[in-house]
Amino acid sequence: MTRGRWGLMAALALSVVVPLGLDQYKLYVLSLTLVYVILAIGLNLTLGYAGQISLCHAAFMSFGSYAVAILGQHGVAFEIGLVVGVAVAFAWGLVLGFPALKVKHHYLAMVTLGFNIIVFLVLRNWESLTGGSFGISNVARPAWGPLSFKSDRAFYLYILAWAAVVVFSAYWILTSRWGRAFRAIRENEMRAEVVGVSLRNYKLMAFAIGAAYAGMGGALFAPLLGYIDPGAYTLDRSIQFLMMVVLGGLGRFEGPFIGALVVTVLPEVLRGSEGLYLIIYALAVILMMLFMPKGLVGLWDLAWRSSRSRTSPSISSASPR
Amino acid sequence: MALLEIENLTKHFFRLSALSRVSLSVEPGELLGVIGPNGSGKTTLFNCVTGVLRPSDGHVRFRGEDITGLTADTVYRRGIARTFQLIQLFPEMTVLENMLVAAQEKRGTLLSRLLRREEAETTTRALELLEFLGIAGLKESLASNLSYGQQKLLDFGMALMSDPQLILLDEPMAGVNPTMIKNLVGHILELNARGYTFVVIEHNMEVVMSLCRRIVVLSQGERIAEGTPAEIADNPLVLDAYFGR
Amino acid sequence: MADFVQLSVAGVSIGAIYAMAAIGFVLLWQTSNTINFAQGEFVVLPAFAMVLFFVIFRLPFAAAMLATVLVSTLLLGWGVKQLLVTRLLRMGVLPLVIATIGLSLLIRYSLQQFWTPLALPFPAIFSRDPIRLGTIVVSLEEIGNIVFAAVVIGALQLFITRTKLGWAMQAVAQNRTLASVLGINVSRLVTITFMLNAALTAVAAILIAPVYLVKYDIGIGLGLKAFYAAIIGGFNQIRGALLGGLLVGVVETLSAAYISSHFRDAFALVILIAVLLLKPEGIWGVKEEWAS
Repeated sequence: MTRGRWGLMAALALSVVVPLGLDQYKLYVLSLTLVYVILAIGLNLTLGYAGQISLCHAAFMSFGSYAVAILGQHGVAFEIGLVVGVAVAFAWGLVLGFPALKVKHHYLAMVTLGFNIIVFLVLRNWESLTGGSFGISNVARPAWGPLSFKSDRAFYLYILAWAAVVVFSAYWILTSRWGRAFRAIRENEMRAEVVGVSLRNYKLMAFAIGAAYAGMGGALFAPLLGYIDPGAYTLDRSIQFLMMVVLGGLGRFEGPFIGALVVTVLPEVLRGSEGLYLIIYALAVILMMLFMPKGLVGLWDLAWRSSRSRTSPSISSASPR
Repeated sequence: MALLEIENLTKHFFRLSALSRVSLSVEPGELLGVIGPNGSGKTTLFNCVTGVLRPSDGHVRFRGEDITGLTADTVYRRGIARTFQLIQLFPEMTVLENMLVAAQEKRGTLLSRLLRREEAETTTRALELLEFLGIAGLKESLASNLSYGQQKLLDFGMALMSDPQLILLDEPMAGVNPTMIKNLVGHILELNARGYTFVVIEHNMEVVMSLCRRIVVLSQGERIAEGTPAEIADNPLVLDAYFGR
Repeated sequence: MADFVQLSVAGVSIGAIYAMAAIGFVLLWQTSNTINFAQGEFVVLPAFAMVLFFVIFRLPFAAAMLATVLVSTLLLGWGVKQLLVTRLLRMGVLPLVIATIGLSLLIRYSLQQFWTPLALPFPAIFSRDPIRLGTIVVSLEEIGNIVFAAVVIGALQLFITRTKLGWAMQAVAQNRTLASVLGINVSRLVTITFMLNAALTAVAAILIAPVYLVKYDIGIGLGLKAFYAAIIGGFNQIRGALLGGLLVGVVETLSAAYISSHFRDAFALVILIAVLLLKPEGIWGVKEEWAS
C-alpha cells in the first residue's frame, strides 16, 4: 500500500498547485472531477468493496444538493446544509440497506433502481419544497465571515479540502477491519457469516457510508453549478456513476480517481456529441467486463509490473514457473 | 453437561428430507466422528448447527443455551467454528487477511479502535496459528494462489482464530496427500489434547478410527448407529448402509 | 363501472405485452442467472427492425414479422449469448449485470445516433374501431393484443412442459450442476433460452410498436416494467411473471386514470416495494436457499 500512499501525496500536492494557473473553464472541469471522485469513492465502497449493487447513487447525491440549496435559501451556513445532507443520505442508505439483507443481487438492483425513480418523481412534483422541474437557482457558495469561497479558484480549493477528508477517511475505513469485512462479504458471503462477520451490520454500513459520501458530493455539486434541478439526479446519472467506478476498477482504491477523470475529460474531447460519447462509453464498459474486469487500474498494474521486471530481469527470469 | 446437544433435528428441502429427527450430543473435550454414505445428511447437519441453514424442526443447544435458528455469525460468536468440505475462502485476499476476517470483534473503546490496538493483538494470534500450521511463510500470498492442501490448512486455521470451544470439521482430509493427512491428524490431536472439542465428518475410515473414540453413523438423513470404532465396524446396519441394497 | 372494466381491459392488453418481456427475463434468470438490464432495448431493437421491414422495405406484414423475429433471435439471442454471456457467465452475477447495462446504453444511443432521435410512427396492426359490448367499449387492438400474447405464452408453456428441451430447461433452472451431471448440455440450453427470450421480446415489440411510438428511449420504461413484473410475480416462475405483467399493466392504467398521471410510474413501484418488503420471493415465487 506504500505505492498508494505516495501516489496520494503526489496527487494532493499536484492538485493544490496545478489549478492555480488554469482558466475558469478548466478549473470548473477539475472541480467537477473532484466532486465525482467523492461520489465514486462512495459507490466503490458499496459496490466495489462490499459487492452490494446500488443503482440510486444519484438519489443519495440529490439529498446533499437539495439540503444545501433549500437550507441556503433560508440563510443557513453551507457546512450545516452539508452535514444535514450527508446525514439524510446516510439515513436513507441505512433504510435501503435493509432489503440488501433479505434479498439477492437482482432484487437489490431493483429496489435501488426503484428508489432512484421515486426520488426523482418526488423532486419533480414536490414544488413547494424543491421548486419542481425548474429546481432551485442561485445556490450560494460557502463563506466564513470575510473569507469567501465564491471565486472559482477558492471554491476549487474548498472542494479539494473536502475531497481530502473523504479520501483519507475512506482509506482509513477500507484498511480497517471494516474494509476487510466488506471485502470478505463480496468474496464469499456465506463464509464471511460463518466466521462471525455480521452481514446485517456490515451491509448496512457499506450502504450507508457509500450514501453519505454521495450526499457530500451532492452538497458540493450544487454550489459548483450554482443551480440544481431534478434532471441531474436521474437513474441515468446513477448508471453513469456505476460505469465510472467500473471503468476505474471495482474494489480498487485508485479506481474512482481514474474513473472520474475519464468520465469528465472524455465528454470534453467529444464535445457536442453526447450520444457518441455514451456509445463509446458503453462499448468501453462491455469490453472492460469481457477482457479487463479489473478496470483501468488493471492496465496500470500491468505497466507497473512490467516496468519492475525490466529493472530487475534477473529476479523474474530466475523465478520458477 | 454436554457441550452440544442436538435434538430431533430435521431439515426438508422442498419435499425431500435431508435430515430427519437426528439427535446426538457432544461432550466437552471429545473428538466425535460422523460418518455415512454420500447424501446421508452430514453436511446438512453441520449447516443446521452453524446457522447456514435454518432447520425445519428440532433443537440445537450449545452450553445449555438454545441456539436453534440463530444466524451463522451469532453462532460463531457463541463459540462454534467450522471448516468446509468444498473449501470456502476469500480468494482475492491474502492469507493473513483471511485469518484476520475470522478474528472476533471485541468491544473496545472508540479510542482503542482508532489506535487499532486490537489489530496488533489479533495479527499476532493469526501469525502464531499460521506458524503452528506451517504456512506462515505464505501470509502475504493471495488465498487463490495456494495449493489445495495449503487452502485446507488455511480453512482450518480460520476456524481456530476465534479460539472456539467446538470445531466442526467437514471432511478435512478429502483430497489431501498422505503426508499432509498425517500432519493434519497430528494438529487435531494436539489441539484436542489442549482442550478443544471436535466433531469430524470424514470418509477416510483409517483417519476416523485413529482420531475418534465415538462415532455416529448417518444414512439417508437418519441416525442409524452410534458407538466405538470397533462396534461400528461390526454393526450390520452400518455395513448395510454402505454396501447394502 | 363500465369505465373501470374498459380501463382494466386496456391494462390487461398492455400488461400482456409487459408479461412477454417479463417471462423472457425470468427464463434468462432461471437458466443462466443473467439479470438482463438490456431487456427494454431487446424490445426496442426489434421494433426498429419492424419499422425497417414493414414501413421502409414495405414487406407484407407476415414476412416483416418473420424477418423481425429472425433478426432478433439471431442478433439478440444467439449473438449476445456467444459474444457476451458465454465468457461472463463464469464470473458470477455482477459482471454480467454491468455488461448488460452497457449493452442497453449501446443499443439505445446507437439507435439515436445512427438512426433517429425522433419517434417513428407505426401503423396499427389491428383496427382501433371500438367494439361495444353493452355499455363497455373496447377496441379490437386491445383484444388482439391480448389474444396474440395469450397464444404466444400458451405455446411457450407447452414447449416447456411437453418437450424434451423444455424439461431440460426446467432441470437446469432447478439445479445446474445436477443437470450437467445428467448429461444436459447447459451451454446449449442457455443459448436456446437467449434465443427464446429474443423471440419473445420481438413479438412484444411488434405488438407494442403501434401502441407506443417507436423511439430509441422507450426501452427504459419497458425494461423497468418487465423487471417490476418479474419481481412482483416471482422471479422463478413463468406464471409469476405473467401475473406480474398483467398486474403492472392494470395498476398503471387505473392509477393514471383515477389518481394522477404524474405519478403513473410510481404505483407499480409502490407494489414492487411492498412485495420486496413483505414477500421478496414474489407473490407466486418460491424461496431460494443456499444449497448445502
